[in-house]
Amino acid sequence: MLYAAVAVRSFRRFSTYRTATLAGVFTNSVFGVIYSYAYLALWHQRPDAGGYDATDAVTYVWLGQALLMTIALWGGGTTDDLAERIRTGDVAIDLYRPVGLIGWYLAGDLGRAVYHVLARGVLPTILGLVLFDIALPASPLAGAWFVVSLALAVVTSFAIRFLVACTAFWLLDQSGMRMLSGVLAIFLSGMTLPLVIFPEPLRSIALALPWASYLQTPADIWLGHRHGAGILAGLALQVLWAAVLMAVCRAVLAAATRKVVVQGG
Amino acid sequence: MTLIDVRDLARTFVVRKRSGRLGRTRTEVEAVRDLTFDIDAGEMVGYIGPNGAGKSTTIKMLTGILVPTSGHLRVSGLEPSTQRTDLARRIGVVFGQRTTLWWDLPLRDSFELLQKIYRVDPVRHRRNLQEYVELLDLGDLLDTPVRQLSLGQRMRGDITAALLHDPEILYLDEPTIGLDVVSKGRLREFLRTLNAERGTTLMLTTHDLQDIEALCDRVIVIDHGTAVFDGPLADLHRRGGSRRTLVVDLVDEAPPIEVPGASTRRVEGPRQWLSFPAGASAAPIVSAVAAAYAVADLSIQEPDIEDVIRDIYAGA
Repeated sequence: MLYAAVAVRSFRRFSTYRTATLAGVFTNSVFGVIYSYAYLALWHQRPDAGGYDATDAVTYVWLGQALLMTIALWGGGTTDDLAERIRTGDVAIDLYRPVGLIGWYLAGDLGRAVYHVLARGVLPTILGLVLFDIALPASPLAGAWFVVSLALAVVTSFAIRFLVACTAFWLLDQSGMRMLSGVLAIFLSGMTLPLVIFPEPLRSIALALPWASYLQTPADIWLGHRHGAGILAGLALQVLWAAVLMAVCRAVLAAATRKVVVQGG
Repeated sequence: MTLIDVRDLARTFVVRKRSGRLGRTRTEVEAVRDLTFDIDAGEMVGYIGPNGAGKSTTIKMLTGILVPTSGHLRVSGLEPSTQRTDLARRIGVVFGQRTTLWWDLPLRDSFELLQKIYRVDPVRHRRNLQEYVELLDLGDLLDTPVRQLSLGQRMRGDITAALLHDPEILYLDEPTIGLDVVSKGRLREFLRTLNAERGTTLMLTTHDLQDIEALCDRVIVIDHGTAVFDGPLADLHRRGGSRRTLVVDLVDEAPPIEVPGASTRRVEGPRQWLSFPAGASAAPIVSAVAAAYAVADLSIQEPDIEDVIRDIYAGA
């Protein structure tokens, strides 16, 4: 199976940078500690902000740090390779192959995400457990739904990053769009503050947008703030956004390959 | 059997240039126009032209990654731009300046991925891989990541990668660029064997005219987007009116040598350059010079195809 082979090789490729992984885990942990104390101070003032208690809030912090790389919050992943290949014209080589560009890069990105959830996700979670006694999923079933939700988060994030990379077909370089997209993602994913404590109507709007998939939805499943029908509704919205965005990716790619000149001689 | 059929092919690009403070002017550039040629199965064709002549644009249309503006185009019976994926299974592409291999992966992994991409039968894949690894001497490099390979090694890896799925047509874009003389020679030898034994059709774009001399029976010269010459290499020489040069080192300096059938082009101290038609024999000229002058040394320079092509570019 080609896509499995691509995912496995992508996993291996990201796993070669061990020192970078360790440095990243250290950074995540430092930010985890800082954010935890900030959130604790906030929840000390408003003990039920957004329907979270202090433990929920601290757990949310460590989940965010653990998933930061997996969901490639501010870009990164195989879509950066794609953007670079569009910029240099090497994308022509991808187009010479009898394989779809989207499936190819998605498979690679999923392999990367599996590596990042293991290498960059597990350690910060354990540290959060030791230092701040964070909450674990309410039941094995909630844990399983969390994994499903996370997978959908990666696909959604991939689709957005793929679209940003594709802007390089027209703009010649993705960096400006990547930065813009990164800022939107940091704010609207709930990485700075949980979306649930946003004031209305911003809260409802943010919860309906695709970035809510990144962290808020999986975190609410983990924390038990969604159960039963709530979980299904959350996942349904994630599936909907993933499907819509992937369809947009297809359309944009078709337009790009028909109208745009592949750069370089 | 016609494998590549090109009729009145054209591709225009719209170029926007800034003009004045806010305005932009649109100009249409004809990268390729009125291009017509066909290539039979098993041919080795050199596709040459100056930078910006339309070579890459043509190749991109032939491989289906660029849609022609107008004209008729069939490769192996398929319409490239609409049947790109089907066509991709039948062609191989090699770029001297880009790699089709995966930078971070060992060579072996790249080859395994290609087997899955092209869905090559595993038995055939193993047989092909074994053969090319042996022919191109890649055995010791299979576990080396591509980023650690030298240019020559990477090139051999790229050629193997392009051939594992037994393509009918192999496009080579500047395949020998940056290679040393020995590597160039080995690569040319390999391509000749490939063409002779497997009947693979080769289309080669290059600025290295030795590639053309060594490999191609037929040359298509393109300039300003259209073919200005299409024929055998020998005709190219004839058309350019190519001439050979007799370099004479005299014992002493002398006024320009005068012998029948040749004209003296240049005099530099005791050395003189005599030019004569490429088709004529050098023997009578050499004996005439030797009879009339005290000669220290003689040598003959073959016509330079580059000069011929320069003439064609200049004339077009």
